[in-house]
Amino acid sequence: MGLLSKKDAKLITDPLADNNPITIQVLGICSALAITAQLKASIVMAISVMAVLGIGNVVISLIRNIIPSKIRIIVQLVVVAALVIIVDQVLKAFSYELSKTLSVFVGLIITNCIIMGRFEAFALGNGPWRSFLDGIGNAAGYGLILVIVGFFRELLGSGTLLGFKVLGDPIEKTGLYSIGYENNGFMLLSPMALIVVGIIIWVQRSRNKDLIED
Amino acid sequence: MSNKTDSNVYTVLFAVAMVIIVGALLAFTASSLRPRIDKNKQIEKQQNILYAMGVNNNDESSAVFVDANQAPELFNEYIKKQLVLDLNGSVIKEVEGGEIVKDYETQPKDDYGTDVYLMDIKKEKANKEQRRLPLFIGEKDGKTFYIAPVYGKGLWDAIWGFVSMDENMVVQGVFFDHAGETPGLGANIKERFFMDDFTGEYLLSQGSFKGIDVAKGNADPKNEDKEDNAVDAIAGATITGNGVAAMLKSDLKLYKPYFDNLKNN
Repeated sequence: MGLLSKKDAKLITDPLADNNPITIQVLGICSALAITAQLKASIVMAISVMAVLGIGNVVISLIRNIIPSKIRIIVQLVVVAALVIIVDQVLKAFSYELSKTLSVFVGLIITNCIIMGRFEAFALGNGPWRSFLDGIGNAAGYGLILVIVGFFRELLGSGTLLGFKVLGDPIEKTGLYSIGYENNGFMLLSPMALIVVGIIIWVQRSRNKDLIED
Repeated sequence: MSNKTDSNVYTVLFAVAMVIIVGALLAFTASSLRPRIDKNKQIEKQQNILYAMGVNNNDESSAVFVDANQAPELFNEYIKKQLVLDLNGSVIKEVEGGEIVKDYETQPKDDYGTDVYLMDIKKEKANKEQRRLPLFIGEKDGKTFYIAPVYGKGLWDAIWGFVSMDENMVVQGVFFDHAGETPGLGANIKERFFMDDFTGEYLLSQGSFKGIDVAKGNADPKNEDKEDNAVDAIAGATITGNGVAAMLKSDLKLYKPYFDNLKNN
């Protein structure tokens, strides 16, 4: 990354692995459970959060010196809610199809704790550019886990990826299904997302001993 | 943070200013985009109705509407009549064709003029005994479709749709949509694999209204038996599926008197 200084680049790469918002900070779990039954939904959610977190971090960073500390959480909430509503309205007016796809996610973005977490922990104390990078980085880290979980849940739960029947047709008994393979319906339910996230955390910590707390 | 931002007066002033600015911003966005959004919704409804009667751009696996720019034109071409019925099945209003005569914004609230498809079913439901039922009669390839809107609740929020039937109340096609069902689970009611199952299903059973159950483990996943009044449910979306079944049952039942009258004449 020639464009970014080493310190700035770290803002993007850190949340992808060693300081991942989901597996290390355990934030944003709610949406990670709710919408990862399909890979497509995971990707859409990841992109939406990236947009909101990137812009929101910049806005908070710009007004960080005039926010009264007593009501800063409320201010953050108002900023993210306003942003999300405006984006939603604009999409509905100019790109109706896309807004139909996003409909459910809009509400989920507001409740995502990663957004409030980054506002509070980073944007309130840093300049707009660094805040922007931090927002993008954290959203990417969040999105990465979402996509991994979505990949396994859709593959093992429905036997499809992005809607394509990669394992054959379960009703016509073609492909893998012809030798007796069955979809695991349990993968479609939220508890399995928790278990998949747990497995990711396990793998990550066993590869990087620094992350293990005593 | 400086001391000045800690004072109560500053805090209150900041809060007031923030509310005014954000409120104004939201109000401005909402009111300036309103006409466009309404227009989009109106076109979407036409696309939904056309979809239910089989006028769509479906490819192999996914549900694709007719192009938004063509929807009003196609609606006018395929829809022959728009009716408003009362609960006895008599026609209280009949409009020829599907042309938009009145503009959406200028329409009086309680009279839908010539645009029956703009009727708000949610509001009509609250009218109970006085309820009026919209019905669309479309024609395609010499076949007549009776298309009725349905409205109900899923797991998180509203679900709705359009069901096209023939004169024996056999489903010819459906379109379902939802406000906030879980992506990947309940949201799948608007996917082809679920909606296509309804085509050909009987709403009546031995002359009386039975509806269509969204059943788990009905031992007919390929849906070969069209007269069993049931389709296969979606795994992990039990409550949304039950909502679909309840919605079909409660709303389509009201249309039975109309079809009875149709037969007797």
